Amino acid sequence: MPISTDIGVWVAVFFTLCIFSFLYKDNPFYKFAEHVAVGVSAGYWFVVLMKETLEPAVFLPLKQGRWNLVPGPFGIFLLILPVLIGLLLFFRFSKKYNYIARIPIALIYGIGAGPTLVQYLQNSVIRQIQPTMVKISFASWDSFSEVLIAVGVVCGLTYFFFSKEHRGTIGAVAKVGIWTLMIGFGATFGFTVMARVSLLIGRFVFLMRDWLGVIS
Amino acid sequence: MKRFFDRLILIDRRVIFLFISLSVIVPLLVKVELPLEVTPEVRRVYELVESLPDGSRILIPCEYAPDVMAEMEPMLYAILRQCYRKNLKVIVTALYPTGVNLIEKELRYMADQMGKKYAEDYVYLGYRPYPAAVILSMGQDFRQSFAVDFYGTPLDSLPMMKGVKNYKDVGLVLTVNATGGTEYWIIYGRERYNFPLAIGVTAVMGADYYNYLKTGQIVGIIPGLKGAAEYEKLIDQPGEAVRGMNIQSIVHLLIVIFVLVGNVGFFLSGQYKKKK
Amino acid sequence: MRRQLPLAITFITAFTLAVQYFIPHRTFEILYEVSQVWLQIVGAFAMVLGIVSLWQLHWGKARGRKPGWGYSIVTLVCLTAMIVFGFTGPTKLGEVGPGEWIGPFNWSYDNVLSPLSATMFALLAYFIASAAYRAFRARTALATILLLSAVIVMLGRVPLGDVISFGLFSKVANWLLYVPNVAAKRAIVIGVGLGVAAMSLKVMLGIERSYMGGE
Repeated sequence: MPISTDIGVWVAVFFTLCIFSFLYKDNPFYKFAEHVAVGVSAGYWFVVLMKETLEPAVFLPLKQGRWNLVPGPFGIFLLILPVLIGLLLFFRFSKKYNYIARIPIALIYGIGAGPTLVQYLQNSVIRQIQPTMVKISFASWDSFSEVLIAVGVVCGLTYFFFSKEHRGTIGAVAKVGIWTLMIGFGATFGFTVMARVSLLIGRFVFLMRDWLGVIS
Repeated sequence: MKRFFDRLILIDRRVIFLFISLSVIVPLLVKVELPLEVTPEVRRVYELVESLPDGSRILIPCEYAPDVMAEMEPMLYAILRQCYRKNLKVIVTALYPTGVNLIEKELRYMADQMGKKYAEDYVYLGYRPYPAAVILSMGQDFRQSFAVDFYGTPLDSLPMMKGVKNYKDVGLVLTVNATGGTEYWIIYGRERYNFPLAIGVTAVMGADYYNYLKTGQIVGIIPGLKGAAEYEKLIDQPGEAVRGMNIQSIVHLLIVIFVLVGNVGFFLSGQYKKKK
Repeated sequence: MRRQLPLAITFITAFTLAVQYFIPHRTFEILYEVSQVWLQIVGAFAMVLGIVSLWQLHWGKARGRKPGWGYSIVTLVCLTAMIVFGFTGPTKLGEVGPGEWIGPFNWSYDNVLSPLSATMFALLAYFIASAAYRAFRARTALATILLLSAVIVMLGRVPLGDVISFGLFSKVANWLLYVPNVAAKRAIVIGVGLGVAAMSLKVMLGIERSYMGGE
């Protein structure tokens, strides 16, 4: 396959090499590419927000006269209300009235905090504790592993418990906890290497296949 | 001899960079083929998709951007191939803003490859902000967050979406995800609405989700390029991921050699005693 | 009023949405549904605000000829160009007819944004390799555990690892992932879950109020 004649591919190659140039040292090409990335992604984000969120969820229904978010007696929750509340955010730029911007922020926090409180306790904490409550048995390799997990969790949590000094029995348990955590972190590191290498392979495939055409 | 060991711990970073580059370029030019084993966590996802009745619906929330395209694209392609072969009806969302156009491109590419039609075989709902809120609202009705699809067509006008209200009407949710949104699918989605959930994630996130596999909160994981390569093997269509895994082997071995060299130098050059 | 009203809004919304889980009544279901849609709409404005702030930051730098102002102009030009492209041409492949050019928005996405972000993340492969060589030393028992776990997972998750160890690395790596790794991650998830719940409670009760700014 011959070298690419597509201008788009050449532009992409230019930016790819600009970023790779950082491997030698920081330089104006890298800085240029970095700032292009910030500008293009922010612009892209803005367009997506307008066209994929506000247009279908707000502008289009309002244009079509669908003012109620929910039919029936709950129609008082007009679609225009969150728009007006959202617009209050721009008071952040006013020196005199910037406190008004706290109202939509407070709403965002409130809507976030309520469900999060219940969902995390119920579906994260309790759901994780349940399978740790295992019957102690060494009858099979699997049941032994389950016991090991339970021990690891208790020891790991002890390590996170800072209200009591890690000495004596607590210290020993916490030590097993940190060993367990280290194995977990090691596994995460191994996976992270894998991920980054995958992405590097992706860039080389682009350079060697889409640009230079030396591989199929 | 001591000077030699001293040198082992002082290799210039640019030498390491050069070796890493060569360990990717050379295996790309010289085809390397190594045997690949399929892990149970990936096989479970494959079997679950396989077990869905022909013509049933599957929701594939795709949350990733071009930065991790090399890992996620082969995964999505392998999943879509399997779904289309089984004539499953695919519903796709993109709850990560910078991935919206990439996912559209990938969906169109795979539909062309497999001869599938928009609105009959697949539907793309696009992006809405705040994934947790979207996931929760979709549990009531997909239309709450997505009154219209990516192209502005009301959902009820799309043949494939007739009679589809919420998660109860899909056989499986299989998120291809490179964001913290994966956890939202577990905590806000699966746990509240109780649907079968499988995940395809980047390798960085992979190790964190084996725990959810053990608790039964997810039915399977496709972790990173390795998972994608296994999936390609399962659908019997080796592609970019399988090729990538062979190269990955060489790079990993090289990194391990560098770690060993560093440690040999560290212990034999006397640095170990100094640090002590 | 400047402080009390936002705190009251947070408390009322958070409390209502927390208790609705335990009150199976249609009114609460609707309140919950409405809140999720509101969050998306108000949240979208918050994101727009972020982009406006980015503009202000770079505009200020460019106007004041501060160090690196030339790069700020690059950012502003790219940001503006992308917005103009987005509102004057097609933004979706589905809007482009067969054989037509995909338009400047899609073109910039494919040939500028995609390679830039993909390469930035790929760059980390080099630095992670260099860091592993420099920092992974078996100088203590803990460091050795970390190192061994990472090396076994790295070799056990690639085909070559199996070839050189006759399948041993993958078996050990799988055990590490399914047993000690699960224990470690479960302890972290429980810890994080408790932390998130505690933080939500603090927000609801107005103890955590940093979101209101310094005043």
